Amino acid sequence: MTLRTLRVSALAAAAVLALAGCSAPASSAPASSQADAFSSTDVWVKAADSGMTAGFGELRNDGDTDLTVVSATDEATSAMELHETVPNESGQMVMREVEGGFVIPAGGSIELAPGGNHLMFMDVTSPLRAGEETTITLTFADDSTAEITAPVKEFSGANENYEGGDMGDMGDMDMGH
Amino acid sequence: MARRDRSPAESGGATRRTFLLGGAVAGVGAAAAIGIDAAVSARAQDPGASTPLNGETTVPFYGMHQAGVDTDAQAHVSLIALDLLAEVDRDGMRRLMRTLTDDAARLTQGRGALADTEPELAVAPARLTVTFGFGPAFVARAGASAPAWLQPLPAFGIDRLRPEYGDGDLLLQVAADDPVTVAHAARMLLKDARAFAAVRWVQQGFRRAHGTERPGTTMRNLFGQVDGTANPVPGTTAFDDIVWAREGWLAGGTGMVVRRIAMDLDKWDHLDRPGRDQAVGRYQSSGAPLTGTDEFDEPDFDATDAIGFPVIAEFSHLRRSRPDDPTQRIFRRGYNYDQTPPAGAVSDAGLLFVSFQADIERQFVPIQRRLDELDLLNEWTTPIGSAVFAVPPGCREGGFIGEGILS
Repeated sequence: MTLRTLRVSALAAAAVLALAGCSAPASSAPASSQADAFSSTDVWVKAADSGMTAGFGELRNDGDTDLTVVSATDEATSAMELHETVPNESGQMVMREVEGGFVIPAGGSIELAPGGNHLMFMDVTSPLRAGEETTITLTFADDSTAEITAPVKEFSGANENYEGGDMGDMGDMDMGH
Repeated sequence: MARRDRSPAESGGATRRTFLLGGAVAGVGAAAAIGIDAAVSARAQDPGASTPLNGETTVPFYGMHQAGVDTDAQAHVSLIALDLLAEVDRDGMRRLMRTLTDDAARLTQGRGALADTEPELAVAPARLTVTFGFGPAFVARAGASAPAWLQPLPAFGIDRLRPEYGDGDLLLQVAADDPVTVAHAARMLLKDARAFAAVRWVQQGFRRAHGTERPGTTMRNLFGQVDGTANPVPGTTAFDDIVWAREGWLAGGTGMVVRRIAMDLDKWDHLDRPGRDQAVGRYQSSGAPLTGTDEFDEPDFDATDAIGFPVIAEFSHLRRSRPDDPTQRIFRRGYNYDQTPPAGAVSDAGLLFVSFQADIERQFVPIQRRLDELDLLNEWTTPIGSAVFAVPPGCREGGFIGEGILS
């Protein structure tokens, strides 16, 4: 409902915001960086003990130039990718790493959602348990970063990402890369 | 967009009246401009333009007390008791309550929960409230000290308790004026509770639909009786003293009794009107005591009839349930239930008795003991379920329900 971007340290933000799924630019970001124009709403991550999972939510750009997320990290996973879900030549929906990152239009937002674009946790190394929070760090094209505190939720959907439990068996879905 | 409606002044209709009055004033201005006939017919053709939808009405979630206790009872309720899974520890309980609190905070304000797969069902909160209660085992597993009354009620002679309607570690009271809203909210909460707890029982209840009668009308149970006349009024000192606990982590919270009372409608049918009035001590027609003419007339227990018997009989429900000790009072917020009858029967109905009181041992138990010893109504009613919960206080935004014992 309300977008809240706190210009304070990420740790303090995490302490007060609890389950709000809000974000704060890292304090190291220089003035007028891409991270300064960034905010997020209702970001959450699907619970997983291991293997793959994904993060979703709304990413906003309050600046007047487009903003590009080029990479993401989270301590709970050894690698994270930015994924899009698109139809392949035979019309089947497949997910693949998005080329050039997520572009958030000036003054606009993009929605990451199950069945659509998402932050892909490639290999969960410490369990993401329901009701916990995890911190996702986004890096923008100008190398500035923003941290998002995201609650972990049980979720039955978003299975195309990792059905079968390991990267060698993705069910019907083609990883596309 | 959504209207707020929680204080007794507002729930009595003040907010609604104010809103409608605003519409009428606008109508006068319009009439001056375009002629009264045109304005009146325009309003008649589009009544929705000036009538607020009850579906948009919200009850604040955050506050000193949890909502759903002093909130004017909504039309529909689901009471859901959960048992914690064996492996869930205090940290798990904290994660559970943070998640459920966040769900409730969003859903009650007409927003989908986080990761809600059907947020379209959340947009009509219809005064939705979600109230959490902790059973004895929940408080024990949190490592907190429980009030002395947080234990199963003493066994009463009239009880025929069935385990499938009893006890539980965590209670969710999900109530709204719309049954779809209740179903969605309950579903969302249970999806998020699934990793921590299993459903022990679900009991659903109903009252008159929203808009059927004036707000504040005492409910009638399925025996036809006006039920709950003596309730203290939310917003009064008497209510606060009766309901809210004052000490420890429960300050601002309350004690909750849930009793499933089967009502034998078929047997009740054998009793004619005078017999029904005698059993209760009130006229079924008006709810007035047999010594009065209005529902809210004080009963006169000393009044006697022509041959010297009390007008309100000693065995009547009214006489037996009315305490001589003014501290033995409770706040009732029950619902009817009416379920699929067993084979060969035509009804399985009763009362989902719910009462809130600061101290169950001191306030509720003495009343129930008297009713257990003698109450003519026991001929037609049977308690078949019983559970007791500590309802913790409310929380502020950023906090969570139960933080007093879990953080």
